[in-house]
Amino acid sequence: MSFSISKQGEVVVVDVEGQLIVGNRQELKQKVLDELERGEKKFLIDFSQTGYIDSSGLGVLVSLSKKIREQGGELRLANLNDDLQTLFELTKLDTLFQISDTRERALESF
Amino acid sequence: MARPRVALDIEIPSDVKYIEHVVELATKECRELHLPAQKCSLNIPVALSEALSNAILRGNANGSGKHVRIRATIRDDAIVFDVSDEGPDFDMEKLRVEPSLETVTREEGRGLFLMHRLMDSVEHIRKGGNVIRLTLRRE
Repeated sequence: MSFSISKQGEVVVVDVEGQLIVGNRQELKQKVLDELERGEKKFLIDFSQTGYIDSSGLGVLVSLSKKIREQGGELRLANLNDDLQTLFELTKLDTLFQISDTRERALESF
Repeated sequence: MARPRVALDIEIPSDVKYIEHVVELATKECRELHLPAQKCSLNIPVALSEALSNAILRGNANGSGKHVRIRATIRDDAIVFDVSDEGPDFDMEKLRVEPSLETVTREEGRGLFLMHRLMDSVEHIRKGGNVIRLTLRRE
């Protein structure tokens, strides 16, 4: 499991490779908060290479969305597979996040 | 009806870094049983992760020297996971929060709900510590 960060125009893109779970959620949180502290405002988290997410991972996404919004920024999510889509629907988090089918659509939405 | 078979019986130190490996072993068993794909890729990984993290962080209170035991039993009709900790009793139903538009911005509190939604049954048994029994039908 790992998180890689790249920049596409003004957008910080985070790829979540593997699982987003209780054991690694802080690493993702810290990486995004570091970018936020550097003044970045637009964030996209891409789940195309993600396995499963547990409730701690979902909690970190909620926390990041609040912190980014507090700084006047925006967070988008992209490429949820069927399992992750089900997870977001069950927890109603699909109502909280702006989710795109593809990275391209997500980037265009900013 | 065949006798239930114990497919997995391991004890791990009370540390969240072991969760992913245990889930991998359980998922492998699930695939070998040819359970429906989503049960192997979503239901078991997420529900088992929740039970393990609750046992480690809440049941055992992250205590070093404590352990969590995971036992998977294969029955004709279901796969059953028993996750045991060394912690004090708790009221599982009181801790369960149903997602709603009012609670959606909470950062915690989804674990028990997910276990119940992704498994066919979730039981809390007191046996020394706590045993959370997750049962998922094979079909």
